[in-house]
Amino acid sequence: MATPQMVETLIYERPESLNATHTHYCPGCTHGVAHRLIAEVLDEMGIREDTIGVAPVGCSVFAYNYFNCDFAEAAHGRAPAMATGLKRVSPGKIVFTYQGDGDLAAIGTAEIIHAAARGENITTIFINNAIYGMTSGQMAPTTLPGQRTTSTPNGRDVEVHGFPIRVCEVISQLDGAAFVVRRSLHDVANIRKAKKALRQAFEVQRMGLGFSMVELLSSCPTNWGIPPEKALDWIKEHMVPAFPLGDYKVHPAVAAGQE
Amino acid sequence: MARELLKGNVAFAEAAVRAGCEAYFGYPITPQTEALEHMAKRMPDLGRTFIQAESEVAAINMVYGAACAGVRVMSSSSSPGVSLMMEGLSYIAGSEVPVVLVDIMRGGPGLGNIAPSQGDYNQIVKGGGHGDYRPIVLAPATVQELIDLTVEAFDLAEKYRCIVIVLADGNLGQMMEPAELPAMQPVRKREERPGWALTGARGRRPNVVSSIYIDPVQEEIFNHKLMEKQARIEASEVRYRDLALEDAEIAIVAFGTAGRIAQSAVKAAREEGIRVGLMRPISLYPYPYARVKELAGHVRAMLVVEMNGGQMIEDVRLAVEGRVPISFFGRMGGMVPLPDEVLDAIRKVHAGLAQAA
Repeated sequence: MATPQMVETLIYERPESLNATHTHYCPGCTHGVAHRLIAEVLDEMGIREDTIGVAPVGCSVFAYNYFNCDFAEAAHGRAPAMATGLKRVSPGKIVFTYQGDGDLAAIGTAEIIHAAARGENITTIFINNAIYGMTSGQMAPTTLPGQRTTSTPNGRDVEVHGFPIRVCEVISQLDGAAFVVRRSLHDVANIRKAKKALRQAFEVQRMGLGFSMVELLSSCPTNWGIPPEKALDWIKEHMVPAFPLGDYKVHPAVAAGQE
Repeated sequence: MARELLKGNVAFAEAAVRAGCEAYFGYPITPQTEALEHMAKRMPDLGRTFIQAESEVAAINMVYGAACAGVRVMSSSSSPGVSLMMEGLSYIAGSEVPVVLVDIMRGGPGLGNIAPSQGDYNQIVKGGGHGDYRPIVLAPATVQELIDLTVEAFDLAEKYRCIVIVLADGNLGQMMEPAELPAMQPVRKREERPGWALTGARGRRPNVVSSIYIDPVQEEIFNHKLMEKQARIEASEVRYRDLALEDAEIAIVAFGTAGRIAQSAVKAAREEGIRVGLMRPISLYPYPYARVKELAGHVRAMLVVEMNGGQMIEDVRLAVEGRVPISFFGRMGGMVPLPDEVLDAIRKVHAGLAQAA
C-alpha cells in the first residue's frame, strides 16, 4: 500500500514580530487581536528590527513580553514622552506606544496632547475599552454615561463624574497630528479595517509626516461582566455610537489609499 | 582653555554640551532657566536634541526615553520642578539607565520663592522617589566646581548606570565668576551605543528596558543588585574638601554655598585665634561619614551650617555618634547666611568650649 502524501498548505502562522508565548490576557479580550495586527504590520513592512515599542501601565503593561522587538516600559501615562526621547535620538527607528484609555486619556492626557502637538514622529495605538482593566473595573475617562463600574456602582453619573472623552476628536484638532483614526475590533470586517489603519499609521511615521494614532474600540468581558461574544456586541451597540468610527485626520500623502 | 567670566547656569549647560550630552529636555523654572535657554541655542546648532517639554513630568520621561537609547542625556530644574520629576527618577533608578540632572535649589516648601536654598537635601540625597534607591549627589560650591562636577556626572552615571544629581542652589546658578570650561568631547557614535540600549533588535534578541519585576522574588534580587551597586559607590566615590582642620578644635561641616560662606567665616575666626576648620562634603551621596567620624575623634565640637532647617545635620549625627557636641546654624526660605552670622555661631561654640574647660 502506498504511503499517503500529506500536502501542507500554510494558511495561518505566527508573525515573526510576535513571540511564541502565552499572554496574560483574559479569554475574549481583544488585546490579543490588536497585538497580532501590529505584529503583522511590522512583518509586512519589514521594520521589526528597526522598531522600538513603549508599553504602558495597565492591562498591556507586559506587552514587551509579546512583541519580538526592542521595548521600553513607561510610567503610567508617560509613554508618549518616553517615545519622544527615544525617537529624537534615534530618528531612523520606528517608535510606537501602546496605551489604554486610563493611561492615555486620564493620567497621560498632557503627554499625548503635547506629543501630538509637537508632531512627534511616533505612532500611538490607543486601546479604548471604556474601563480600567488591570485594577479590575473602575471608571475610565471613556466610560459611557450610565455604565456600571466598580467606582461608579450605580452607573456613571455625568453630574458627578463628567463625560467621556472622545480622544480622536480632540487630537485631530492639533496641527502636529498627521493621522488620527478610530477603528473597532468587534468583528472581522472591522478588524481588517483596523489592520489597514495600523499599516497607514506606521507608513505615516516612516514617511516622517508627524504624529499618527489609531484608536481601537476593544472589549473587556471580564470587567464588563459579560461573556466574550456579548462583549463584542456591546462594543457595536454601545461604544460605536458613542465613539464614531472613522477618519478624523488623514495626511494627504496617505489619503489616496483610504476607503 | 582660558578662564572666562561665566554665569553658573550657562556654565553647567555648556559643560554638559562639551561632555558629549546629546539631548536635553527641560521646562523653564527660575533660578535655572538660563541653562535651558543656553541649550535651546547650542543643541540645535550642533545637530543635537533640545525640547522644551510641557512639564517637568514629561521632561524627565523624555530623558528616560533618550537614556534607554544609550545616549548622554540630561535635564535641569529647580526645587518644585524636581519634585515633579520624582516619579520618573524612580523609574530611571529601577531601570538602571544613566541620567544626569542638575537641581538649582530655591526657597520652599511649596511655590516658595526663587532665592537660593538647600532645602532639597533630604529629598535628593535620600532617594526622593518611591522605592529603595539612591542617586549619586554632587554638591559644588563654585562655578568651576559646577562645571567640573557636571562633566564628571556623565562619566559616573555611565560607570554605574545610575542617576547623578548635581545639587546646587540659586546662588551658584545665578552668580558669575571666572571659570574654565573643558575641551569639547564628541557625542557617542550611533554604532557605539551600549549593548543594553534600545537601538532596534537587528541581528540580536530584543532588549527590554523596564523597572517592573512582578515576582517579588525577582524584585528582591534586583533590589539586592542595587544595594550592591550602592556599596561599590560608597566605597569609591566619596568626595570632600578639608580646610584648616589639622589643629582645629571646632570642625564646621557645610556643603555647597553654605560651605563657601563658612570658609570666609573660618578665615575670620582664625584671625581671632579660634582654632576652627571646615570639612565641605562634595559627594552628599555617598556621604563622607568616615571623614566626619574621624574628625569627631580629633575636635571638641562640631558646627553644621546649612541653608535649611537642619537636614544634613542628621548625617553628621550618624557619623559622630554622640562623641562631640554638634551645634547648628541655618537660614531658611531663600535667606543666605552672612559670613558674620556664621562667625558669631563659631564664637558661641568656642565660648561654650571655654566654659566647659
